[in-house]
Amino acid sequence: MTKTDTLTKPHDLGGLPAGPVDRDEHELAYWERRIEAMISLCFAKGVLKDVAQLRDGIENLAPEAYEELSYYERWAASMALLLQDAGVVTEAELQSAIARLRQAQGAD
Amino acid sequence: MARFGIGDQVLIQDRYTPAHHRVPRYVKGQRGEIERVCAAFGQPESLAAGGDGEPFQTLYRVRLKQTDLWSDYAGNPADSLEIEVFEHWLESAD
Repeated sequence: MTKTDTLTKPHDLGGLPAGPVDRDEHELAYWERRIEAMISLCFAKGVLKDVAQLRDGIENLAPEAYEELSYYERWAASMALLLQDAGVVTEAELQSAIARLRQAQGAD
Repeated sequence: MARFGIGDQVLIQDRYTPAHHRVPRYVKGQRGEIERVCAAFGQPESLAAGGDGEPFQTLYRVRLKQTDLWSDYAGNPADSLEIEVFEHWLESAD
């Protein structure tokens, strides 16, 4: 055990007790591909300069959020924060877009 | 200019920063050997904050013994783990 062991973030899991690693490949869902596309777009538009920025956002998720979110959901959460920091979208715009989508899904 | 060369014994610093730093806890405080000098790259701590990564740091591939990392390691005692670590996280352990 290292002396900094207690100072870590939720992503730093190496060596902690855990079950077997799921090594199965899985087909990406369409929304997951869209997250990839949005990351590329953020680079192209200069909002994102380095993937380290997105990784930083993921590492800063609350431990409960980190646990709960899937791989691409974490990228999406981090990108949402980055886009707000860059002034591309506001929290209110994001929330109203989410509410609109939820309503549309509910109406199906 | 790279501070370390192939075969040099190094200690991976046991410290913490809240910044994105790419050194997992299980290698902190461990000794290893330089397996190769990769190249110089921007510092993740700076890049993660939207910075330019300056001053660039040499990245090394460091070879560690699995038996040093895991006290209950049951594999071949000669097994190693290689991980890439930036120069500002390394100290000489010669």
